[in-house]
This record gives sequence, C-alpha cells and structure tokens, in this order.
Amino acid sequence: MCGIAGIVNKTSGHAPPSLDTLKLMIGAIRHRGPDEFGIYRDTTAGMAHARLSIIDVACGQQPMTNEDHSLWIVFNGEIFNYVELRDELKSKGYVFRTQSDTEVILSAFQEWGTDCLTKFNGQWAFAIWDTRRKKLILSRDRVGVRPLYILHHEGQIRFASEVKAFFADPSVRREINPQGLDQVFTYWAPIAPVTIFDGIEELPAGTFRVYTNDGKVETHKYWQPAFKPSQTYAHPSKSSLKENAEILLDKLRTATRLRMVRADVPVGSYLSGGLDSSLTACLALEAARGKFRTFSIRFEDDEFDEGKYQKLMVSHLDSSHEEIVVSGSDISDSFPAVIWHAERPILRTAPAPLFLLSKAVHDSGIKAVLTGEGADEMLAGYDIFREAKIREFWAHEPGSKTRPLLFDRIYPYLKRSPQLTKNLSLEFWKKGLGNVGSPGFSHEPRWTTTSALKKFFSREMTSSLGLQPAPDVLKELPPEFHQWESLAQAQYLEIRTLLTGYILSSQGDRMLMAHSVEGRFPFLDSEVMEFSSGIPAFHRLAFLDEKSVLKHAAQNIVPEAIRNRKKQPVRAPDAAAFLGRSLPPYLDDLFSTESIQRSGLFDAERVSKFISKCLANRGTGMKDFPLSNTDNMAFVGLLSSMLLWRQFVSETPAQPGREMIFTTFVDRVTTQPA
Amino acid sequence: MNKEEIGEEVSRFIDANFLFDERHVKINESLVGSGTIDSTGILEVITFLEKRFNVTFEDEELVGDNFDTVDRIRSFLFKKLSSNETR
Repeated sequence: MCGIAGIVNKTSGHAPPSLDTLKLMIGAIRHRGPDEFGIYRDTTAGMAHARLSIIDVACGQQPMTNEDHSLWIVFNGEIFNYVELRDELKSKGYVFRTQSDTEVILSAFQEWGTDCLTKFNGQWAFAIWDTRRKKLILSRDRVGVRPLYILHHEGQIRFASEVKAFFADPSVRREINPQGLDQVFTYWAPIAPVTIFDGIEELPAGTFRVYTNDGKVETHKYWQPAFKPSQTYAHPSKSSLKENAEILLDKLRTATRLRMVRADVPVGSYLSGGLDSSLTACLALEAARGKFRTFSIRFEDDEFDEGKYQKLMVSHLDSSHEEIVVSGSDISDSFPAVIWHAERPILRTAPAPLFLLSKAVHDSGIKAVLTGEGADEMLAGYDIFREAKIREFWAHEPGSKTRPLLFDRIYPYLKRSPQLTKNLSLEFWKKGLGNVGSPGFSHEPRWTTTSALKKFFSREMTSSLGLQPAPDVLKELPPEFHQWESLAQAQYLEIRTLLTGYILSSQGDRMLMAHSVEGRFPFLDSEVMEFSSGIPAFHRLAFLDEKSVLKHAAQNIVPEAIRNRKKQPVRAPDAAAFLGRSLPPYLDDLFSTESIQRSGLFDAERVSKFISKCLANRGTGMKDFPLSNTDNMAFVGLLSSMLLWRQFVSETPAQPGREMIFTTFVDRVTTQPA
Repeated sequence: MNKEEIGEEVSRFIDANFLFDERHVKINESLVGSGTIDSTGILEVITFLEKRFNVTFEDEELVGDNFDTVDRIRSFLFKKLSSNETR
C-alpha cells in the first residue's frame, strides 16, 4: 500500500513541475508508505510515490514505466488477480521484468485501454501518464477503498492520495467548502466529487478520468452498484437459499484466499466479535502460512465491549491474538490525530479506536489485515434496512397499531424505554410514511435526524448554502434504480453515502494508513459483490433476519454463539469520552467564541450554549441521564469540524521533518536538453 | 398560571436547550417528527416539566398525543395542574 501524488501542466509553456513541490507533496503523506520513495519527472508531468512494500518487495519500486518508456504509473493498492492477468498478457506476447501487480496494470492498460479496469479485481487508486499523447489517466476502484483527490492550481492538475499533500505547498488555498460541510451534516460524509475543502475534488469510486493535452477532461463511470429489477424475483426461482449460501461461501473463500496469499509479507485479521470478521478470519486461517495473527479492540466501558465473543473466536481459531483496551481518555487524546488523518468532520468517535488498533498492528510488525467490511452493505446487515422494511410494511396500513410493534424486534431498547420515548419514536417514523415508494424513503429518518445539527451553522454558512437543497445523492441515481426492489435501493444509497465516504475512509483507509497498515476486504471482492447483489432480496433480508444467506454460509464454520448474534454496530463512547473527569486541553480553545467566529462555520453563541449544556450534564451522573443521540452527534460533529479547521485551515499544516531516500529518481528535465 | 404562560415557558425551554435560540419553536410543530428533539431528548423536556411545575407524570400519560407539540404540552399540563388544584 502506498501514497501517490503528481503534477501535470495543463498547457505548454509552463515551467516543468517542481521537484521540491513533488517532494513536499509525497512527504506529507509518507505515513502511507514509509519503506521507499520515488519520483519521475519530465517537462510536463511529475509523479511521486511513497511505498509500503507488500508485493515484490525487491523490485516493485515506483513510479514504474513500461517496456518502451512511453507510460509511467504511480499506483496505490492491490490488484488481487494480477497473477491470472499476467498469464493472459504473457500469452499475448507481453514480457514482464518484475513480479509486481503494478507492471500488470501497465501492460493491461496497453492491451485493453481503460477497459482493463473492469478486469481488475482489487482496490486501487492510480495515475498513468502517457508521455507520447500527453494524457493523464486517473482511476479508482469500484467502491472507493483507496482515495484519490484532484486540485487545479496555477495552470496545473495536481492529484494525491490525501488532501494534506496539496496543502504542503503553501501557495494552495485552504478553505472549508460549505457544501461539503452540509453533506457531512446530512449523510455523515461528503459525497465525491464534493469534499470538505473548497476547490478540491475527490475522484468518485468506480470512475476514471482522462485529461488530454487539448484541455479536454472526461470522467467515465465503469462500475456502479447494480441490482436486479424487482420483477426478476416475482416468478419462482430455481436458486434456493442453500444453493446461494454455498456459492457465496465458495466465492468468499476464493476472495479471502487471494487476499491472504497475494502478499509477500504475513497478513493478519481483525476480530470484532461479529459474524463478518469472524467468518473472514475463519476462511483466512485456511490460507494462512505460519501462525495466524488476529487483533481486537476492547473497551473499558462494558456497554461497548465485545471481549466475550472475541475470546470465543480466538480459541476457535487458535490464533496469536493481540488486543487493545480503549478508554474514554484514549479516544479524546487521539482525537486530533484521528481528524488529521480522516481529513473530514465525523459524527461518531468510532474511528478513534480503529486508529489505535492499527498502531498496535504496526507495532507487532504486521503490514496488512483482513476485515469484514462491506458485508453489511452488500448483504443487508444494518438496522436501517430492517427499519425501512418495517416502515414500508406499516405504510401500507398507517392506521395499524400492530404493524409498528415490529420495531421492538429490531430496537430492543424500545421495549425497555419509557412509553413516551417509544411513542415518539413511532411518531417520528410515522411522519414519513407518506413518502413510501420515493427514492430516499429508507434513509429519510437518518438524514432528518442528522440535518437537525445544522441549527449550529453560522449565518454565512447557511446563506452560502442557499435554500434547503434536495439531497444531492438523489439527483444522480442510475436509471435502473426505480426498477429495483426497495431493499436494493436502500443498499445502493448506503453504499454511495456511508460505505465509500465514511466506513472505507474515516473508519477504513485513513485509520489504517495512519500507521502504515493495509486493509483488505473479501466482501468487497468484485466477484463477491456481483454475486451478492444478484441474490434475491429475501435471502439477504429474510423478514427481519439480516444477512440471512451469510448466516447460512457460515454454518459449521463460525461458532453458533457468533453466528446467531444480533448485529452490533461499531460503537465507542461519544461525547462522554471528552466529558470525563478531566477535559481534554484543546477543548477550551476550540470552542472559544473567538475560534468559532474566526472559523465562520458555526454560530458562536449557540455553540457556547450547547457546550454549557453538555458540561452541566457532566459529572452529575451522565450515566443515568446521558446526552441524547442528537446531542452526542452534535458534540462530536462540532468538535471534529473545529479540529479540522484548526489543523488544516487556520494553522499551516505541519511539514514532515525527516529526510526521504529516493530509490527511484528519474528526471528527464535535467538529463535531457530542453 | 394560564395556558399561554405555560406554553411560553415550555417554548423558552425548548428554544434555549434544543434550538440554542437559532429560532423560536412553533407552537404546532411536531417536536420529534421535525427532528427538533430526538426521542431520547424528550426525556429532558419531561424532567424539566416535572421539576418546574412540580408534577409527576404517570406512565399512561407519557404518550405522543400529550407531548408531540408545544400546544399539546401546554394543554395537557394546564389540565393536569388545574385538576391537581381542585383535588
């Protein structure tokens, strides 16, 4: 895994890209690849690479070129089927000098052009510079496991794995983008190409972009989540649940094996205690060489701890296991670093424990880990899918008193809640029943709840956003969307918003790469995804039984106690982590009237009233009378936004101090006469 | 205290503690339905009402019909306070 950065001049007559700027850019993201550094430059383009050596440790240096030196690539990620593709390309006459997947991308691109992307099974962000045609090609994997950002600056196109690479150049403007903030406070994450920073774009997942020297820019979508039209399942189908479970298991086994063996360093696995990571670890064990390593997060607070189930898995796997125990102050101490790496506001603290876990993995000498990420989106594991199903069922008979009782089944806390909480929760869900059948139906309650946090926006922020816009994601739905069953529609929205923008980013790539650890996700294997989305909806969510087909697949592999467990979301203490015995030292300054006003993001008076309310609750039995869900989100959202503003906008982002040793250094500017 | 006065106090409490004076809560706005207060946050309102007006709500009184808008809260509370007085 790696970090990439580059500069391409948009017009001729421009000075060649600066080597110093390229070095600054790659230096800013050196945590992504601390093993080796490389630079390529000609009169028009420059590329830089920071490498975490996992495949072909000895020869896989980048930037890499093809046989006739016409193409140069910088690549972050893995193409897991590169061995099979290399064989195919060899039979077409291609000769390979290395054992790396990078070289396979180059040859595949030469042979098939951008059609090669649909052949890749992997997780990637790469840039290919075609020196003859003066063409730049940027691409990202299907669901956006690996990040890629784009900036137009002083007649140049710049790209990088992380935004901080752009900001290493002090001439680049650093401002918060109101639209990005608005999206975070609606969907929990900015939706690419929008980012939280003004003027900076994120290349959307499943797309590639081509810049040609006549100034043309084209972005093409080569993949998007695709489900089958609802009527496909209206007729009796041959495929039974058992059959689907068997095929799914078979595909998962292949995907997991590929992710275990396509590495020249040992690969470990995360264990959350839930079904997805447990099944992943069981399948990984089958392909493990040597002692299998597993890693877990425990919490001091019993409410969040899943130690019991993790222990069960460790003894089942007989793995060499390491765990970290996370306290509230661990979360608040690491939070500024978490935001520095996430590069976006977050509304929950769950990324913080994952940040701490990747450090433990790094310290133990492991460079790559498998996780169960993607199962809940692809196979319908989240409560939001079950909630939407009940709401839809209720909407057919809104007067019914019995239909809403089903909510007790998915939210057991409702049963224990005071009658009023329960009644009002029902009122809340009932409110949108009239919208049944509309495209955002499944996600409206979440978007409404989250949008309530916008009451803290400053007047400038609100007025620059204009009137309440329709949710952006609903404007760009694929034409087939309306033919899908409602579960598929909900899954599509979840994949487009939370999976790419938050789960794989703030909880995924960013927290892993902060400590130079690569995540690998068997459930996001292209064949697994394709098969999963073709499984009948009823096998994904059978009545209210989430991931039904996966539970069947895991039979006799995962211990029954885990297989039959109700799904637990990744959670950590939110506001309580910061409002414990001693307040974190950065809180006062960030929430001061002066800071809030200078940021221009929020209304200082309202924030101050809110913080006073949180502090008033503090120490006086927060446990008995905790902050509401909305207040927790507000606290973490405001704090992370202010940390982001301080670290990226108000202060000049820190420059890396240490020397970098460039093992690849190709400079065609100084070695060739102009 | 008349119904209007009760309503004003409840509104002030909601403005200050949930809207942070961004705007005034509307008397007929569905507090939970509009996202102004989430279903757990409503417990804060109940706690406030019980303390401020020195009343205790029975379980069967804690239903959406009584608490979903400021208007419903003030009517319900006014009725409850009056019946307490006449007792």
